[in-house]
Amino acid sequence: MMETINKRIFKDRLFTIIVVVLAFTACLPLLGILTFVIKNGLSAINVEFFIRLPKPVGEHGGGISNAIIGTFIVVLIAFIIATPVSLLTGVYLSENRKSVFSEVLRVSIDVLASIPSIVIGIIAYLWIVKPMKSFSALSGGCALAMIMLPVIIKSTEETLNMLPLTLREASFALGVPYYRTILKVIIPAGLSGIITGILIAIARIAGETAPLLFTAFGNPFMNFNITKPVNTLPLVVFNYSTSPYEQWHTIAWAAALVLLIIVFTFTLIARIISKKWKTSF
Amino acid sequence: MENELLIVQNFYAGFGRCNILKDINFTVYQNKITAIMGPSGCGKTTMIRCINRMHEFSPGATYSGKILLHGEDIYSMNPILVRRKIGMVFQRPNPFPTMSIYDNVISGFILNGIKLQKQEKDKIVINSLKKVGLWEEVKDSLHRRGTFLSGGQQQRLCIARALAMNPDVILLDEPTSSLDPKSTLMIEKLLEELKQTTTIIIVTHNTAQAARISDYVAFLYLGELIEYGATKKIFTAPEHKKTEEYLTGKFS
Repeated sequence: MMETINKRIFKDRLFTIIVVVLAFTACLPLLGILTFVIKNGLSAINVEFFIRLPKPVGEHGGGISNAIIGTFIVVLIAFIIATPVSLLTGVYLSENRKSVFSEVLRVSIDVLASIPSIVIGIIAYLWIVKPMKSFSALSGGCALAMIMLPVIIKSTEETLNMLPLTLREASFALGVPYYRTILKVIIPAGLSGIITGILIAIARIAGETAPLLFTAFGNPFMNFNITKPVNTLPLVVFNYSTSPYEQWHTIAWAAALVLLIIVFTFTLIARIISKKWKTSF
Repeated sequence: MENELLIVQNFYAGFGRCNILKDINFTVYQNKITAIMGPSGCGKTTMIRCINRMHEFSPGATYSGKILLHGEDIYSMNPILVRRKIGMVFQRPNPFPTMSIYDNVISGFILNGIKLQKQEKDKIVINSLKKVGLWEEVKDSLHRRGTFLSGGQQQRLCIARALAMNPDVILLDEPTSSLDPKSTLMIEKLLEELKQTTTIIIVTHNTAQAARISDYVAFLYLGELIEYGATKKIFTAPEHKKTEEYLTGKFS
């Protein structure tokens, strides 16, 4: 009797250890990446790095202010295009769970989500860059919006599906019309989940490089005109790390570090919002 | 005097091909509590959801027949207006989770976009909360979320929300089935006070509750109205054998 209990306790401990070790293993790549990027990039980071423009090869100093601003411009364009469309699509899917059109829509969104980002870049090049005869922040934003769409649609639909049916019934029973129920009851109740989805989508696209190669293209100067090429952080990483100059490699690492910090910030805010603003029923 | 307020005539309802309610006829009197009782699955909830046209939200819902409110068929009225005249309280308390207690009470106005003066709002909130006996308990926390309240308090908040719209009838779908005995007693007392000013239809699976609070009682069995009449008469001298069997606990 005693022996079997001891055996069980031993098995239990063994299992706990295995789980903890495996969970730690899952974190290893992240820790590795972080230490490596910080080690290589930190030396180039100072105030100048954030407020100066890039300098030509051979000159010391310089910064990537244009790329930081450019990243925000491109992400903002993507956000403005993708959010309203995907929010309403998510609401539609959650409201019409079984209709044929919803099924078609869901399959299309899954396919869209699985299109490689480089293909989306080429499409944006053909549809926007070529007709406008110029690489531009706008075309980059459109390409990123296409990547953003499925992420927000899915998260919105799933958030709204989890709301209890009694909530809408409470609203209907007060004689509230359908559209007002959606706008004033359903969306506010799911708001934290919806915002979390949007922030995670932003974190996802902020680091996209491939689609920007054909669209935003990169620009050594500061640019606020959305119809002109613009520099972004992923492009800095790509262009500088593929260059033959040692000094530029350090800048690429530093840009990667800034990008990581931006992405982590968005992810962190998303987590905080989903915890703090969670509607309890 | 007993005024006829709501008349259900030859009413049928169901889902798809499945008929739930068959040829229902009864009359609800003003300022009375009418209880609808019966075993699980007999169509009680479907019946009450037909009275404020919530039934038609269910997929595949079918219905025929008439329900007259003040002599006018609610199925020829705008369903939104019907629901403003006939309030409803659900089985589980469902205050709006994003709203404060204050906003929950006047949510019928807020959500319908009806603008009110601050004083009017205050008056409605105070009156409604007083009617449901919640005022003393929540007057210092009106701007906290409604979901912080206990289950019984939440349910009374939901009744206050329905009362705030000043409806002709309030429908209650097993309002105490998820509550503890103390909260149940409180709500039962509350309903008896409320009937002074409004008409109440309550669904219950609890025959003792029907006996305690109702003036009229309808017994539904397998979608048919077996017996309807004054509570006293049905509980003391039921005409149908089925009713007697149900009341004496031979089946439930």
